[in-house]
Amino acid sequence: MSDILDILLTAGFWAATIRIVSPLIFGTLGELICERAGVLNLGIEGIMTVGAMAGWMWVYQGGDLWTGVLFAAFVGAIFGLLHAGFTVHLGLSQHVSGIGITLFASSLSYFVYRMLLPNATTPPKIKPFESVPIPILSDIPFVGEALFTQSPLTYLAFLTVPAVWYVLYRMPVGLAIRMAGENPMAVEAQGINVLSIRTGAVMAGSALMAIGGAFITMSWFDAFYFGMINGRGWICVALVIFASWKPGKALIGALLFAGLEAMQVRAQQVAGAAIPYQFFLMLPYLLSIVAMVFMARRARYPQALLVPFRRGERI
Amino acid sequence: MLIEPRQSVSALASALAPVVAIMATLALCSVLIIWTGTPVLNAYYLLFKGAFGSGFAIKETLTRSIPLIFTGLAVAIAFRAKFYNIGAEGQLYCGALAATVFGTGLITLPPAVMIPFLIVVGALAGGALLIVPVLLKTRLNVDEVVTTLLLNFIVLLLVSYLIEGPLRDPGALGWPQAASIIDQGVFPKLLARGRLHAGLLFAIIAAVLVWAMMKFTVLGYEIRAVGYNPKAANFAGIRVNRTVIITAMLSGGLAGIAGVSEVAGLKGYLTLDLSPGFGYTGIAVAMLAQLHPLAVVPSALFLSAVYVGADAMSRAVNIPTYIADVLVGVSVLAILVSVMFTRYRIRWN
Amino acid sequence: MQPSVTPTLSFNGVTKRFGSLIANDSISLSLEQGEVLALLGENGAGKTTLMNILFGHYVADEGTIAVDGKPLPPGSTEAAIEAGIGMVHQHFTLAENLTVLENITLGTESLWSWRQNTAAARAKLARMSEEFGLRIDPDAPVGALSVGERQRVEILKALYRDARILILDEPTAVLTPQETDNLFATLKSLTLKGLAVIFISHKLHEILAVSHRVAVLRRGVLVGSIKTADADRNLLAEMMVGHTVTRPRLEPMKAGEPVLELANVTVTNREGRDLLKNATLTVRAHQILGIAGVAGNGQRALADVLSGLAQPTSGNVTLFGKSIARASPAAIVEQGVARIPEDRHAFGIIGDMQVWENLISEDLRTEDISKLGFVIDKSAAVSRSEELLERFDVRCEGPHAQTKLLSGGNMQKLILARTLSRKPSFILANQPVRGLDEGAIAYVQTLLLEARTRGAGILLISEDLDELLALSDKIAVIYHGRISEAFEPGAKSVPEIGLMMAGEVAATAGRIVVGGKARADHHAD
Repeated sequence: MSDILDILLTAGFWAATIRIVSPLIFGTLGELICERAGVLNLGIEGIMTVGAMAGWMWVYQGGDLWTGVLFAAFVGAIFGLLHAGFTVHLGLSQHVSGIGITLFASSLSYFVYRMLLPNATTPPKIKPFESVPIPILSDIPFVGEALFTQSPLTYLAFLTVPAVWYVLYRMPVGLAIRMAGENPMAVEAQGINVLSIRTGAVMAGSALMAIGGAFITMSWFDAFYFGMINGRGWICVALVIFASWKPGKALIGALLFAGLEAMQVRAQQVAGAAIPYQFFLMLPYLLSIVAMVFMARRARYPQALLVPFRRGERI
Repeated sequence: MLIEPRQSVSALASALAPVVAIMATLALCSVLIIWTGTPVLNAYYLLFKGAFGSGFAIKETLTRSIPLIFTGLAVAIAFRAKFYNIGAEGQLYCGALAATVFGTGLITLPPAVMIPFLIVVGALAGGALLIVPVLLKTRLNVDEVVTTLLLNFIVLLLVSYLIEGPLRDPGALGWPQAASIIDQGVFPKLLARGRLHAGLLFAIIAAVLVWAMMKFTVLGYEIRAVGYNPKAANFAGIRVNRTVIITAMLSGGLAGIAGVSEVAGLKGYLTLDLSPGFGYTGIAVAMLAQLHPLAVVPSALFLSAVYVGADAMSRAVNIPTYIADVLVGVSVLAILVSVMFTRYRIRWN
Repeated sequence: MQPSVTPTLSFNGVTKRFGSLIANDSISLSLEQGEVLALLGENGAGKTTLMNILFGHYVADEGTIAVDGKPLPPGSTEAAIEAGIGMVHQHFTLAENLTVLENITLGTESLWSWRQNTAAARAKLARMSEEFGLRIDPDAPVGALSVGERQRVEILKALYRDARILILDEPTAVLTPQETDNLFATLKSLTLKGLAVIFISHKLHEILAVSHRVAVLRRGVLVGSIKTADADRNLLAEMMVGHTVTRPRLEPMKAGEPVLELANVTVTNREGRDLLKNATLTVRAHQILGIAGVAGNGQRALADVLSGLAQPTSGNVTLFGKSIARASPAAIVEQGVARIPEDRHAFGIIGDMQVWENLISEDLRTEDISKLGFVIDKSAAVSRSEELLERFDVRCEGPHAQTKLLSGGNMQKLILARTLSRKPSFILANQPVRGLDEGAIAYVQTLLLEARTRGAGILLISEDLDELLALSDKIAVIYHGRISEAFEPGAKSVPEIGLMMAGEVAATAGRIVVGGKARADHHAD
């Protein structure tokens, strides 16, 4: 127990937590937007993978970091458009389309990577985002090192939370997105095209997911490994339920999760031989299941989630 | 653009749908092949030849299709009840674990009993993995997609721990592996040379049994009814939760047998890389078969051919083996669209 | 009021086809300012289709629509709203998890604006509420409102967007007689302010009460349009149906032994609300007991308990003295109970299965359908289906037809074939003729009466008071989960019954008490 307290008192632990939470924030917010509009996007795992590969490859081929991030977002949006095409416009199974997109996007990432780097035995590296200390704030002892000396993408992640909140709750387009996930007929009856709203939301959400993937290869690590996303996408889906589809709660859920993961890494070093490392690695997945169970009874689903909207049906 | 349901679904259209999907997949993926600089038809010819071009190739394709038939059946049954079991991968490994625990010396029985025994424990282990997700779904309405998926990761870590630790075969050098299945438990080979084993027969028998169950029995009716409209099924007196649970157990069981088959039939022992994603490919197998148990067999053969052929193709020309995974991913999307056209018509206004 | 030269709204030769079905056949109609035009027709006549074309949900195959002489761009709800058309749909287009204000302001500001102007919206809403006498709490989540209140939100939504032509699609289906009067009063004041109203209904007495003109549709064709002053019930009925259709009449019959009894049944939902409170009733053999009430007062809970979908929290339900309170749907069917569900698409049939499969859905484990208890005897099932399809006049392509392609009337006949063929001793009929055309309505009612003659006891739940008055031996009123004493239809007047349906609380015009009134429990399970 005292070990845990010791860990909590290190700035390194908090810095790690903030780092681990960044892709989770992007992924969870991205999925949240999709689901709020009524579309389950199980392509998240694949989209994060393709975002990770696309952004990294852009830099590796000579581009700069920020345009790489934009490129990753663009690629994510394209896959989002594909998923929206199948589920929103053609009304096909959201589950199967999402899984298909994950399979397609991941395998495409690996294929393209292998094509462009056929001979690499050890994955080559790029120069990733460097941590940018925020003036003055980063000089505060402990907190400064933990919170205010992070990658610019991390700051972006944290800014995205209030931004998404504002869009969903204070802008007319956000109201339309929320309504599309509750009662699409109500949206149509006000003269707004439901298909466009849902498509736009899925594309925007997918772009965010891809940025989350790009964070891993462009900021956290500096190379692209196969299987890099390692289920983080699915964990984001669980976190959306845990967050009751609200941005603020999504941040809290992601932070709790990231904290536990950071703790697990350090606890492993402490407990070491006693408990095999695999059990520590299992914790994130087990906790995600627990989080879903916890919220199951209370969850107020967007009423029109998973329900395709078909124009031309007799009302 | 307006989407209208068709008055009737023609049987011919349904039969052609997977063919159209496959054609579309090959056409779309040819873009990638062009990028590699290889002529498209040459590449696909090499793919075909790699899968069917020699006795050896055909045997490989058949061998590779065995786990895919089982996982394809597992997914097909589950999806029929709209229970989205994405955890076939983990259930496969559970079956393999059970076969390892019971089949490496703990119990010795004559082969005629041992082999069915291993199949049964493997099926039970696979089904057991689904107990938590299915109960979470029926009691608390927790979505089974994420729970079954996350369990895959957990099971793999468990397997990693077990074969590095308690189940490790001390005699084996190199990568960690478990002890070998005893001779009585090893599936007999179907042909003198090559790796083709009796698992193929078991798989085909399983496909026929599942088909018969779905078509002729009350349980099959109930599974379909629950998948189409759980509210109406419940109203009519069908016990929906019980049906979903039984479906899950059957599904997990079939995936578990896939694991037994790979360990006791093919490799002889459990390793961490026993399955290169059979559980996930099973989804593609089931979708291409339009969830029809008998169609799972040719569908599994086709996808197995894609993998085996792609391996051979990548040795001959400069195309990464990942092309197989891309083909599989695209085929899932293609069959989704192609089946839609059998049921709906698009009107352009 | 000065008659305008150009009509406010005119339809010119509007035609719409769905496959081989002609929903609207060359309809030409006009509407003047300040006029209430009733659009009359039985279910399936094409009224809603025509309005959906007007409001931009559908695009007409032929013909045009003009507002104040200017052509209306087709297929665009935005254009319709712009032209001053507002629609109160039959099934409310409201999001329950969002507030009244959010529902009303959706789409009123450009999607690309950076901020919602909530303050201005509130002010405008308050102004309109006051002006039209439709008060509502803007911050209430729609899910918490009663059905009547939700309808006010729908109307305000249209008025907020400056509608000058208001379409109301079957608005009184969910209202008490008093709420209906309030609605008519509101419509009157709206027309005095210059609005034109199209009022869709199939209820003759309402049309006679509220409209200036009536246009009658039959099978997609405009049969004629006449001034309401020149019309009467018989004329309208005949125009509507094309020939005189007499609904079956109830022959007086002596009630027999009690078949079904509810004794102090209470059903509490997950959130602790009592959906049914101390409900007590008795249905006897040879008797139809009608349950009158506005939607959302516990009918669903009552039906669920009797169908095996819900269990009473306390109290007992007995069939011939034997308790069925804890029975599952399967057990209830086995006891000889027939259930006709309210929502036939969601609960009554499995659309993707074939007709013969739906006909055996409640008989899966009976001797004649299953061999050895687990194999289905398909040939026996199919031949039995053929016989039932014939006997109950279900029009379809045969036992192997896809059930979802059947028309509403034939689907209902299929359900009746399934349940009535077993000669049940108790029938739960929940809105059995909703959405059916006159022919089907007469047929279904005849079947119910035949069952009653045979000796069955029937519990008839309906939102159509006229139907209940015509078909019930006794009527009880349900309000807030409580069921009144049963009385004979002649014993109370319609206004009296209306007061009972409203909980004996007189609703004064325009005032709604939010939170105190019946909360709609459409989703309370």
